[in-house]
Amino acid sequence: MFTHKTFLAAAGLLLALSITPAKAQDANDHYGFGSAVSEIELAKYFSIPADGRGLPPGSGKATDGAKVYADSCVACHGDKLQGNPAKGIGGDKLIGGRGSLATKTPVKTVESYWPYSTTLFDYVKRAMPFNAPGSLSDSEVYAVVAYILSEAKIIKPTDVMDAKSLPKVAMPNRDGFIADARPELELYR
Amino acid sequence: MKHGENVRYDAKSKQMAEEMIAAEKRHLIQRELVDEDCECKEGMFPRKHLASRRRFLFAAGSLASTLSAVSLAQAQDKKAPPGAVHFDVAADPTKEQGRAVAADGGYGSRSQFETEVRWRFPTANENTSWSMTPLEKMLGNLTPSGLHFERHHGGIPTIDPSKHSLIVHGMVGTPKKFTMADIKRFPSVTRKHFIECSGNGLTEWNKPTLKSVQGTHGLLSTSEWTGVQFSTIAREVGLKDGSAWVLAEGADAAVMTRSIPMEKMLKDALIVYGQNGEAIRPEQGYPLRLLLPGFEGNTHIKWLRRLEVSDKPFMTREETSKYTDLLANGKARQFSLDMEAKSVITFPSGEMKLPGAGFYNVQGFAWSGRGRVQSVDVSVDGGKNWHPARLESTPESICTVRFSYPWMWDGKAAILQSRCTDETGYVQPTLKQLIAIRGSNGPFGSIYHLNAIQSWAVNEAGDVSNVHA
Repeated sequence: MFTHKTFLAAAGLLLALSITPAKAQDANDHYGFGSAVSEIELAKYFSIPADGRGLPPGSGKATDGAKVYADSCVACHGDKLQGNPAKGIGGDKLIGGRGSLATKTPVKTVESYWPYSTTLFDYVKRAMPFNAPGSLSDSEVYAVVAYILSEAKIIKPTDVMDAKSLPKVAMPNRDGFIADARPELELYR
Repeated sequence: MKHGENVRYDAKSKQMAEEMIAAEKRHLIQRELVDEDCECKEGMFPRKHLASRRRFLFAAGSLASTLSAVSLAQAQDKKAPPGAVHFDVAADPTKEQGRAVAADGGYGSRSQFETEVRWRFPTANENTSWSMTPLEKMLGNLTPSGLHFERHHGGIPTIDPSKHSLIVHGMVGTPKKFTMADIKRFPSVTRKHFIECSGNGLTEWNKPTLKSVQGTHGLLSTSEWTGVQFSTIAREVGLKDGSAWVLAEGADAAVMTRSIPMEKMLKDALIVYGQNGEAIRPEQGYPLRLLLPGFEGNTHIKWLRRLEVSDKPFMTREETSKYTDLLANGKARQFSLDMEAKSVITFPSGEMKLPGAGFYNVQGFAWSGRGRVQSVDVSVDGGKNWHPARLESTPESICTVRFSYPWMWDGKAAILQSRCTDETGYVQPTLKQLIAIRGSNGPFGSIYHLNAIQSWAVNEAGDVSNVHA
């Protein structure tokens, strides 16, 4: 990856060779637009990769999550997490479908398809509930994630989810993804 | 196994498939009614069923007692289509003054006689849904901004550009926040590129489902885009050793996120604020969107507010549970980002009717996410014989190009196909070839990245329909 240092080194080399660089660059190697961003401002944003980096403090378990689910999720995702295809709703089915992926009727759910538990936390905190995105506290998110994972029989109802335990959850389809094999060579002329 | 056999829909998929067919049908009927008002436009190529409907309306209108039918017709006549304003038509426009200059307030609109619209795919939820471009009505290479296809996951936000900014942080030398004014101060580039949703044609894997090319291929649009190269901004903030991915995040209710390989970001990623000569439309990410030429549409993050540089992808919801390609063996391809070479005939296409044997200028679009279109071939016998098509402009990289083929129809049943070859030597495959490689596990197994050759059947009556051939 190129850095300021390599740029300056390259600029130095140009000068040493007596080649005059373009005047604008000669005067200033940065445009200088934009302002500094404080840590406080950056703390408003999050994106949680699979190793759990950036997971916030807080914790929750399935029993707490059941209440969050009943209050905020059940209308779209159903009392058995079965989803709701009704007009104006269209909530995804969240559990079930294990073993179905290689069949003619694959059922893709958190339980059967999602490779990382951290994705579930990130998505719920980011975009759920649909009618009030981003309105759950971090502990409520941990709790409802624990509830979904517990109903999917991926963790025990008593397991506490937090920044340490969540990334360690072994998702059933963790190894179900492969790199893009395209372009498929047989399709070249 | 014969293709299309053993297709079983679960309840949700079945309902969705039925509703999308119904929605397309409603749109087609609406279009017939609209065309009724202006026979001048489509008279040469009447759509199926139009003749009988016209007779019915004429009969209804000619009876003075059927007042409701008359007033209904008048109400429809007065109503301008979306994007247009109604004006009375002068008996002779050369005998009276037209409208005053700038009486439109300074921003023009399309003719009241132009009626084409996007139609929404009938997902249960209207906020997470998509709308299709009427490709068969396009009169050039660029898609009018108001007809550019849409895919939203949390509705269309209204964003005040004076309050919008782009934060670039993570593995960078200096994290920075750029206002819209800052971004517009950078040197810019202007390039024409298509965007295609990787779900374009998702209904067509197992059997011909939607009837029109708007339904089968309408998640494709082309614009001229203006903005800053990501490489310019990368140099401004600096990149740390080991930086390999960039998370892009939108400011909509879905707070949409995708991870993009740094190689792509530095090669040709654009941070765009201009579309077809004006600010990008709200539905396209106003005031700022990411443009990744040739990558699947979902990665072109709209309402762009944040770029986080990282050493690894973030495994967001959209790049794990969605936009991955489930193969017959149960494994799913991930980060399948390229949109591969593809083409489609837009005239004649599904639901059109040819008035009789004779000359037709077959027309369509070809495109590739890997570079320029090298050539396009057309077949009128279901792929037995191929003929070189004429490219109607100089192909540009990762941009649609229009093609045409002069066809003298003998009035016998025919199957029209087009086949694109791009500059890498990749040849657009048949559906059979794709299924042979990837397998098939039902209508909602692998739904993305269908770039197969499209077939339109023309019967002896001139009716054109969507078929698998």
